[in-house]
Order: sequence, then structure tokens, then C-alpha cells
Amino acid sequence: MYKIVAKKELAPNIYLIEVAAPDVAAKANPGQFVIIRLDDKGERVPLTIAGVDLEKGTVATAFHAVGRTTKKLAKVNAGESIMDFSGPLGNPAEVGKFGKVLLVGGGVWCAPLHYVATTLRKNGNKLVVAAAGRTENDMVYADELKAVSDVFYVATDDGSKGSEGLDFLADVLKSEKFDHAVVMGPVSMLKKVVEMTRPYGLNTMVTLASLMVDGTGMCGACRVTVGGETKFACMDGPEFNGLDVDFDELISRQRVYLPEERMASMIYDKLGGGVKRG
Amino acid sequence: MDKEQRKHATSMAKQDVLDRIHNFYEVALGYTQEQAMAEAERCLQCPNPRCVQGCPVDIDIPAFIKEIKEGNFLAASAKIKEKNSLPAVCGRVCPQENQCQKMCVIGKMGDPISIGRLERFASDYERKMGVNIPDKDVAPVTGKVAIVGSGPAGLTVAADLVKLGHEVAMFESLHLAGGVLMYGIPEFRLPKEIVQAEVEYIKKLGVDVKTNYTIGRIFTIDELFADGFDAIFVGSGAGLPRFMGIPGENLGGVYSANEFLIRVNLMKGYLFPEYDTPIRIGKNVAVIGGGNVAMDSARCSLRLGAEKVYIVYRRSREELPAREEEAENAEEEGIIFRLLNNPTKFVGDESGWVSGMECIKMELGEPDASGRRRPVPVEGSEFMMDIDTAIIAIGQTPNPLIQRTTEGLETTKWGTIVVNEETGAATKEGVYAGGDVVSGAATVISAMGAGKKAAKGIHEYIKKKKGGK
Ligand SMILES: Cc1cc2nc3c(=O)[nH]c(=O)nc-3n(C[C@H](O)[C@H](O)[C@H](O)COP(=O)(O)OP(=O)(O)OC[C@H]3O[C@@H](n4cnc5c(N)ncnc54)[C@H](O)[C@@H]3O)c2cc1C
Ligand SMILES: Cc1cc2nc3c(=O)[nH]c(=O)nc-3n(C[C@H](O)[C@H](O)[C@H](O)COP(=O)(O)OP(=O)(O)OC[C@H]3O[C@@H](n4cnc5c(N)ncnc54)[C@H](O)[C@@H]3O)c2cc1C
Ligand code: SF4
Ligand code: SF4
Ligand code: FES
Repeated sequence: MYKIVAKKELAPNIYLIEVAAPDVAAKANPGQFVIIRLDDKGERVPLTIAGVDLEKGTVATAFHAVGRTTKKLAKVNAGESIMDFSGPLGNPAEVGKFGKVLLVGGGVWCAPLHYVATTLRKNGNKLVVAAAGRTENDMVYADELKAVSDVFYVATDDGSKGSEGLDFLADVLKSEKFDHAVVMGPVSMLKKVVEMTRPYGLNTMVTLASLMVDGTGMCGACRVTVGGETKFACMDGPEFNGLDVDFDELISRQRVYLPEERMASMIYDKLGGGVKRG
Repeated sequence: MDKEQRKHATSMAKQDVLDRIHNFYEVALGYTQEQAMAEAERCLQCPNPRCVQGCPVDIDIPAFIKEIKEGNFLAASAKIKEKNSLPAVCGRVCPQENQCQKMCVIGKMGDPISIGRLERFASDYERKMGVNIPDKDVAPVTGKVAIVGSGPAGLTVAADLVKLGHEVAMFESLHLAGGVLMYGIPEFRLPKEIVQAEVEYIKKLGVDVKTNYTIGRIFTIDELFADGFDAIFVGSGAGLPRFMGIPGENLGGVYSANEFLIRVNLMKGYLFPEYDTPIRIGKNVAVIGGGNVAMDSARCSLRLGAEKVYIVYRRSREELPAREEEAENAEEEGIIFRLLNNPTKFVGDESGWVSGMECIKMELGEPDASGRRRPVPVEGSEFMMDIDTAIIAIGQTPNPLIQRTTEGLETTKWGTIVVNEETGAATKEGVYAGGDVVSGAATVISAMGAGKKAAKGIHEYIKKKKGGK
């Protein structure tokens, strides 16, 4: 069992938890993920590591309560425990010295992006950061990201704060030269940003949230096409150069279980945790 | 017992086919005490038992059969456990027809003794009675050993070494220990409760089982040495699924057998939504491959409600690598065998879901390196199969994570770890390996046999290292 030692609601339905897992904390790097399982009937769900506290031996991760597991997790309080917390998994993000780096984060992903940004900054890079959310209220980690950036932008889908949407990035890219870019967010956003950076041939690293089961290279559920080859996101990624990624295939594969996810989520909403079988 | 009686094996009851295709309960029901004793009666108690030569872990087969004949079931089980710490598993899934039973002399004139069924009976009896934890041998040297992977190879090494007085920690990347026994082989062939009883047993012996630890990510092999482990056994299996590399393979509804079986067995997808992990099965399912993994995938598909399930295999029935008993069970259950066919591409519908599979007919040519006749495509014989789910079961290779993160560990071009056959020692000092990660996908009992040798090798190594004798 792994104890949740702290929990915070960052925005409506977006939470940050710190979990006691000293061995995981000691080895975690930005860009890696953990797989959690809440109880003995639970699904294995991947979440990106958003920071560690080596003294407390904790690992932080932020999640958006969208489906059955994340909604259940939102109800677990600090002081309570979850059954499994496996990690670190996946390869670390590239965080070497590049020069000037563009970072773009969307929604809940701004939290793990902050972990990447902090390390990039420590390694001597100049950071231009754009944080995006659906509305002003949905923004997370904006202040923290601002604190580690040289230039900072905010964008919301509805324009309630900062720019409306990410189209402004086209101008930023036109006027400045970047050496590296990192994007973390929903796949549609990754695809959009890559379309904007492609004309400049800018290496744009994206973290791919494909469907996963084991997270250790055993099942191939997470397979994605990168540079024309099949790769396993959990073993070869999850960070890939977005210029090479077949996003349309990824989007289609992500939807595979949508009907079942909706059903599970609906049953959970209507009946709560203890689902009985038919 | 007259000669004629001796020729015929005592049959074992099976769940009726019309029932079993709708549930995940065990198919084979096991012997009753009377049946077991009657079957044991058939054994000739050969002074030079050939059956033992066929068993990779040298179980004293006539001795345990004699105990059953005399009604000493616990003694029978103890006899088996001298050599095999997972008898309830092996009695169920060993390919006995190619091993112990193949060698049995009675097989020459009739049915060989049903050694596997008797082994299963004795260990099931013991489990129901409550398992005894043996006293530890007093060991002159104790070392600290890390085991990577909790499949049959790792479980065997752990049990043997902890009994010899070593301190043993076992690291498993999944959330449950047992390897393929937990995530691959379905409930209806090997109830998970039995596997967990075996895991509990080695925990009670004193093995520290750490699940959720992926070695190569959380600790490397070198970090484990730095942490004070004297020796490390790698039993990480062959878990990396092979794909065919044909168009359309990444469509929705195309699974690797591993993904499918992990969802069904480890995550209990067949109980969705009581359990959280979904599994989607269509009406027409094609399983590609002809081994145990393919049979298991096909039979699971049927139980999940598929209407037509095909086994698509590129050679003929004769070359089918699955256990005969399981191929027969599959046929009985109504699995349709499409032999001498090979898929060439998948096609999908507008939503990105698989809707058809193009195959080409094959014929058998000259024997290849494996001695089996090589299948060659018949030009122009392509045809379409109407399917909405495909499961690819054409084999697995070792997961490269440990090999990639450990310097000085020699591997073959197939990614298997190179070891000394006798001791299990790999090319890096203090590292031992065995099971599927060394042999490529094989059998439970061969993984255990390799585990036995490695445990001995590790014990000797530590003795030497610690300066004992
Ligand atoms: C490497 C990796 C890292 C990740 N890191 C993070 C992270 O840091 N934070 C995070 O929040 N997520 C992260 N994810 C995504 C997260 O793992 C998935 O969202 C996960 O499926 C959530 O599980 P669930 O059971 O709560 O939702 P699921 O039931 O699996 O639902 C998943 C998807 O289905 C949709 N869905 C579910 N129910 C409904 C419904 N009723 N109506 C419409 N749509 C619905 C949701 O929009 C959601 O996108 C990561 C994924 C990967 C692969
Ligand atoms: C579906 C299926 C059906 C089968 N049916 C039969 C049968 O009927 N009869 C038979 O004899 N054999 C059968 N086999 C084959 C048999 O199961 C294997 O040969 C046997 O399990 C190999 O044992 P092992 O200990 O080498 O590895 P495995 O059982 O594969 O166990 C390896 C374990 O190591 C873990 N691991 C891997 N990498 C790491 C890491 N880096 N860190 C920590 N842990 C790690 C894995 O998660 C896994 O739990 C079947 C196999 C499958 C897949
Ligand atoms: S372990 Fe397998 S091969 Fe050995 S006696 Fe038992 S069933 Fe036969
Ligand atoms: S060879 Fe057959 S008959 Fe002889 S001891 Fe073995 S099982 Fe019994
Ligand atoms: S999640 Fe199973 S192989 Fe990547």
C-alpha cells in the first residue's frame, strides 16, 4: 500500500497528490511516469511524475478526474492509501543544454511540464513558456511555470485569460529562433503545436499518452507510429519528436475503449464505488 | 489388475462443453481419491523408471505414485515437493505427452500412466489440507540474493535458496507475482488462486516479494550489487510481443495476445465492469498462431461471447506447437481451424476499427532449420476474412530492458541472455539467468529446471565468495 501524504485541488477536478514511495522518488526523472492501481479490482492507470521530495520520500503527480479511476482517486483523502504505485517507468525527458527552449503545457499537464522546465532551467537553458487552459479557472501551475521562465505566456480556449487559443505561437515562432521545444498536453494540442513548429524544423518533443496496460513493454497496447516505425510508448517513449509522430493514428487508437470508459464512468457516477455485476 | 485393464488410463471429468464455453471456471475437474488410487494401481513401479528421464526436474515418479496407491496422499505430495515446488501448476500445464508420459513404458502397449493428473491430485489434496512449511536446512553460509521476475523460474530459485538459508528478495514489475502463470495462462486452465497459494508459500518461507519494482528502471543490476546483493538471478521471461509488420496492424481491435490475455487474466477483464479494466471482443475473431498462447486466446474469446473464433496458422495440424490436449479442447469447444493460411494485411472501417483480414494460402515445402516443413505462399491465392477482432499470437521475445541497462551481460541476436548451461551463470560476475529469458519462450517445467540449476550455481558461488566450503 502507498500512502497519499498530501492532496490539493489545483483547479476544479484537477488534483495534485504526493505519494509516499521513497524508492520511486530516489530514481524519478522529469518526463517519466508511474502506474497506479487503486484497489484489487482497479485498472492500471499511468500518470506523469510532477516532482519529487527526496527528504520526505514522496512523488507528486497531478491528474484530471475524467474517468472511473481518476474520479475514484479524487475521493481518496490525504492519509489514506492506494494499492499500487509502480515507477518510475518510461524514459526521462531530454533535459540537456539546448540554448533557447519553447515549452507549451495544456491543462493538468502544466504540472509535469513544470518538473521538466525546472530541470531544463537548472541546466542553463533560456525558457519561453506558454501555459494553456480551457478557462481562467482551469489553469494550473501558472505561477510556478512563470517563476522558472524567461518569457511567459498564458492562453485560454475562451480567452478569459491571456490569448485566446494557441494561435499566437505562430507569431512567436516567426520572430524568435528556438533550439528545442517541449509540449505536454492533450493529443489534439500536441498535434496543433507540431504543425506550427514543423515549418522551422524545430525538434518538438511531445509526451504521448497512448493507452497502456503494463507500462513495461509487454502488451503493445501503447504502440504508436514514429518515423514510420512501430514504437512502444512505455519503453521507447513516452517522449518522442513530434515531427515524426503519426498523430491521427494515435488519436484513433486512444478512442478504442471510449464506449466502455463511458459506461464505467456512468456506472461510477450513478452507483459510486461498489459496482455489482449484473 | 489384468493386462487389458492396465492398458487404459482412468479418465478425468471435464466440465461439459456447452457449459464451459460460457464461463472461466476450470475445464478439467481433477481425479477423485478413488480415481487417483485406481490410476496409481496401473503403474508397474519399474526399477529403472523411464518416466523420470522425461521429467526435467527428476521427480521420483514411481515413489510418489506408490504413496497414492497406498492412500498416503500427503506423503505423495511431499515426495513430489522434494524436486518440484510448483506441482499443482505442473500437474495442470506440463506438456506431459512430450515429457514424463511419453517415456512411460506402458505407453508402448496402451495409455501411459497419467502422471500429470496424479501430480495434480496429490498437490490439490495437500493444498486443501493446509500446506506445511518445511524447516530450513541449517546453512553454513548465507548470502543476499535478488531475483528479478516472479515467474516459475524466479519462484523456483527463490524457494530453493531461501531453504538453503539465504536472504532472498524478489522483484516483480507487475502488481502480482507469478509471471505467465498469472497474466498469461487463463483461469480455466490454471486457477489464479493456485498460483497465489504458491506465491504465499514462498513468502512464508521468508522470501521478500516486492511487486511494482521494474528492474532496469527503479534499480539497475549494478545498483542492486551496490546495495549489497551477492548474486542476482534474472528470470524476466520472454514477454515482448512480436508483431507481423503487415499493413493495418495498428487498427483498433488488433491485439497482441499478451495485451488480450493480460486484460482478461491479470486484470480480470471478463468481469468488467465489476473490475475496472475493459476488454472488447467482436463477433468474428481471428487468432493468428498455433501455440498454447493462440489456443488460450481463442478459448478466452469464445468465453467472452464471440460467435466465430478462428485459429489462423500457416502450417498444418501436424506442426501445431500447442499441447495436444489443449488443441483438442479448443476443437471440442468449436474453435474453427484455418490451417495453411497466413495473414497479409488488415483493413479497417471509417472509425479505425478492423473489419477484415486478407490471407494467403500456404503449402508445405522443404524442411527448414527447425526440421519442420517450411510453409510457402501459394501465389495469387489471397482471400478476405470477415473479422472484427484479431489477436496476434506469433511469439514473444525477451524484454530488452535489463539487457540494455546492464553492462557486460552477453546476449544472443535473439536477445536471450547467454549462460553456462550447468550453473546458470551469465557472463557478468554474480549474475545468473534462466527460464524464457535464456531459452526463448518454452515451458513452465523447463523454466523451473533452469531455476533449479541456477539456485545450485548461486549457492556454490556464494559459498566460494564467502570463503566457506
Ligand atoms: C504516459 C502517460 C502519462 C499520463 N499522465 C497523466 C497525468 O499526469 N495526468 C492525467 O490526468 N492524465 C495522465 N495520463 C492520462 C491518463 O492515464 C488517462 O486519462 C486515464 O485513462 C485516466 O483513467 P480513468 O479511468 O480515470 O479514465 P478512463 O475511463 O480511462 O477515461 C479515459 C478517457 O475517456 C474519456 N471519458 C471517460 N469517461 C467519459 C465520459 N463519460 N464521457 C466522455 N468521455 C469520457 C475521458 O475524456 C478520458 O480521456 C497519462 C497517460 C499516459 C499514457
Ligand atoms: C498464454 C501462455 C500459455 C502457456 N501455456 C503453457 C503450458 O500450457 N504449459 C507450459 O509448460 N508452458 C506454457 N507457457 C509457457 C510458460 O508459461 C513459460 O515458458 C514460463 O512461464 C516461463 O517462465 P519464466 O519464469 O522464465 O518467465 P515468466 O513466467 O515470463 O515470468 C517473468 C516475470 O518477470 C517479470 N519481469 C520482466 N521484466 C522485469 C523487470 N525488468 N523487472 C522485474 N520483473 C520483470 C515479468 O513481469 C514476469 O512476471 C505458456 C505461455 C503463455 C504466454
Ligand atoms: S513436473 Fe511435469 S514432466 Fe515432471 S513429472 Fe510432473 S508433469 Fe511430468
Ligand atoms: S515408466 Fe510408467 S509404469 Fe514405469 S514407473 Fe514410470 S510411470 Fe510407472
Ligand atoms: S503499455 Fe504494454 S507495452 Fe507499453
